[in-house]
Amino acid sequence: MQVLASFICGLIFGAGLLISGMTDPQKVLGFLDLFGAWDATLAFVMAGAVAVAASGFAIARRRAAPAFSAHFLWPDRNDIDAPLVAGAVLFGIGWGLAGICPGPALVNLAGLSLPIVVFVVAMLAGMIGQNLFGDNLGRRRTPASHAIETTPLPSRADG
Amino acid sequence: MHDFTPFSGFAGGALIGLAAATLMLLTGRIAGITGIVGGLLQPDTANRGWRVAFIAGLIAAPLIAALFGAPLPRPAMNGSLVVIAIAGVLVGFGTCMGNGCTSGHGVCGFARLSGRSIVATFIFMTAAIATVAIVRHGFGG
Repeated sequence: MQVLASFICGLIFGAGLLISGMTDPQKVLGFLDLFGAWDATLAFVMAGAVAVAASGFAIARRRAAPAFSAHFLWPDRNDIDAPLVAGAVLFGIGWGLAGICPGPALVNLAGLSLPIVVFVVAMLAGMIGQNLFGDNLGRRRTPASHAIETTPLPSRADG
Repeated sequence: MHDFTPFSGFAGGALIGLAAATLMLLTGRIAGITGIVGGLLQPDTANRGWRVAFIAGLIAAPLIAALFGAPLPRPAMNGSLVVIAIAGVLVGFGTCMGNGCTSGHGVCGFARLSGRSIVATFIFMTAAIATVAIVRHGFGG
């Protein structure tokens, strides 16, 4: 049931991206281009998405468990650390260059246009590279430390 | 020039929010694309099935729309393939490092009023606006 529910949610999410116009990098870049012919659409997409998601999350907070699994997996971190800031800067530069973020990249993959395929392959390579880089840092730190490791493992992504 | 489309934008956004709310209510998970895809790239991850299913849903959406006559998405992209590849690497590396993107930090993070996500969203929005300003208008370059 979790798999079916996830598929349907992915479908709705993808439909939302298509209807909102956010799969079109020119519309996204139109929003990011404050000094050109500014297109405010993305702000309306965010407003609609956040309003409905917040309502749903408020209902979820009052429930003991989700319908098809044992626990709500709410992200539990609230620290603002260097990887969060540096990662957001790098992501923002890439987003500004192409006008595509991960969700629209995957929806656009259905059209199999060459630039999108190149973007998705490069994005996956970047993700794998970051995973390896993070692992290496962790491994390098471990032998030097005599103290009991109290730092929690890097938690699941917020998003 | 593209037209300002607030109504379809808000309606599409509401669907995105509905998907995020439904995924949480049914499976207890955050609809963050970075986390969903990134989890698949970890060697030791359990529960791959729901991740693959969500991504399949994203890709199926335009395919189902095509059955009803909508064109498949083949968006016009700026820049050479080299620039697009660099942008892709930056998006993949940055979202993984920062634990989230527009969906996880932007939509779900704002909906949870997470300080961490709100800070991340302002930073990546600012970096993206600065990048577009430099590329399109040559500010600072």
